[in-house]
Amino acid sequence: MEAAAVKDLAAVRQEAQELLDAYVECLDDDRVEEWPDFFNDNATYKVIARENVERNLPIATMSCTSRGMIQDRAVAIRKASVFSPRYLRHIVSSVRIVGEENGAFLLHANFAVFQTMQDEDTKVFMVGKYRARMVLTAGGPKFQELLAIYDSSQIPGLLAIPI
Amino acid sequence: MTGTEQPPTTRNGYAWPQEGISRIPYWVYTDPGVYELEQKRIFQGPTWNYVGLEVEIPQPGDFKCTFVGEFPVVVTRSKDGSLSAFVNKCAHRGATVCRTRYGNATDFQCIYHQWRYDLAGKLLTVPFRRGVVDNGQRVGGMPDDFQTAEHNLQSLKVEAVNGAIFASFDPAMPPVREYLGELMTHYFERVFDGRPLRLLGRVSQKIAGNWKLMVENIKDPYHASLLHVFLVSFGLFRADQKSKVEMDETGRHAVLVSRKGEQKQSEATKDMANFKADYKLYDPSLLAGRKEFKDDNTVVMQTIFPGLIVQQQTNTLAMRQILPKGPDAFDLIWDFFGYADDDEALAEMRLKQANLMGPSGLVSVDDTEVLELCQKGFRECPDQSAVVELGGRDFHNENHMVTETAIRGMYNFYREIMQF
Repeated sequence: MEAAAVKDLAAVRQEAQELLDAYVECLDDDRVEEWPDFFNDNATYKVIARENVERNLPIATMSCTSRGMIQDRAVAIRKASVFSPRYLRHIVSSVRIVGEENGAFLLHANFAVFQTMQDEDTKVFMVGKYRARMVLTAGGPKFQELLAIYDSSQIPGLLAIPI
Repeated sequence: MTGTEQPPTTRNGYAWPQEGISRIPYWVYTDPGVYELEQKRIFQGPTWNYVGLEVEIPQPGDFKCTFVGEFPVVVTRSKDGSLSAFVNKCAHRGATVCRTRYGNATDFQCIYHQWRYDLAGKLLTVPFRRGVVDNGQRVGGMPDDFQTAEHNLQSLKVEAVNGAIFASFDPAMPPVREYLGELMTHYFERVFDGRPLRLLGRVSQKIAGNWKLMVENIKDPYHASLLHVFLVSFGLFRADQKSKVEMDETGRHAVLVSRKGEQKQSEATKDMANFKADYKLYDPSLLAGRKEFKDDNTVVMQTIFPGLIVQQQTNTLAMRQILPKGPDAFDLIWDFFGYADDDEALAEMRLKQANLMGPSGLVSVDDTEVLELCQKGFRECPDQSAVVELGGRDFHNENHMVTETAIRGMYNFYREIMQF
């Protein structure tokens, strides 16, 4: 590989890492109002059980197929859904750029999410893998598509806040 | 074991409150003894338990692992297309035989000592059954009178109704339609009308509450108008809309039926603190349903005793399988489906509207929360009781949803089958 290309890839990976880090910090800091800003127009966001992905079944646990739906999820967290307060903490690792397609970088990363409920020990809430299409826009890197594919057999309780 | 301060009828050591089915003692949700009795009398007793959809195991050799009560069972399709279900425990040492949730097999072999069973759970071969030959002598092996036919996997009775598979530990169970009764069969066949289904997938969550709370939640239209901002604000399911609550004669199965209204205020919304007239969606396509059934009902939620909910919320269809995991926890499995002949737009609609339901449902998240809150509330006071008097103290069908009649109906049957 050309040295310039290697350098470019490293720069893209740097962008991806920064995008993911800022994304999970936004969620962990409970700034869900800002969460839609990580997505490009007409973006897709889904949380899907790995089992359904492997069985080629389309149902998603959370599915936003438009930017409007992404905004609606953010609003519903504050305005509609009823759930006890909790802290979430995302750990992201193994960030990789695995390809480029139609101007979008294909991005893979692992995630683990810990949940802390009041008066309870911290527990592993979910582990899995992000599969994303990242685009570099004038406003910085954004997700054109973000899939959070979780290994967990059961979701402990409820999943109100995006992963 | 617990009892109330004024035990009128103590049966099997459990005292139900004097008021009868308008009270539910908290010990039914917390007592390990009650939980064990439920396993025996209900889940291993004369009930039909939903175990899956035929479309999950369409081909000969296809299998699915699930549970009936706490018992792990495998549901299979044999070469002749027939369905079987058997307990997933080797007849030899009790080891789990089938270790993957879904798959296709020609037979099942326990990995421990390699006892091999056919697709219906019949024992085929046992290694070293005749021992080994040592110095010309046959040594070891099973006794001469060992009969493989006596060591099959424990089988359950199985019946499929238009694509939905039910299993029972009770070999004397009448057909499923008879178990449902005429009215409940009518509602069941409204969704399961015989058309081939399309499997959309499975989503699962673990809820820290007693399994009955989930069933009661779907027999309780009272909360829907109060708790769920989404239902109330967008008129998806509301107390002032045309609706009804119906049951079979025993009260154990029920259905809540309603029709979508508008996002408008009425005399009734005064009581609905969660009605938000100004709540608007950025993408209202989530709420755009399509009429697909003969009637105009947009919500039909059917509870089939013990642990099945048949869900129609506009165009999102699902079987919710409730699997008890101890007195204070259950797994809730959502099998989402459509029909094989769905056009692309309808298929998309089902997936989109699934956002209302499941572990992340814009509606159902609230239910998970309140069920866990109830279970927490029961913890220190098993002798106290829930008050279920909305709409009266007996149970009968109603043409409105300001009633807890279906909960009382279920407890009428529950007391009978549990001998409480």
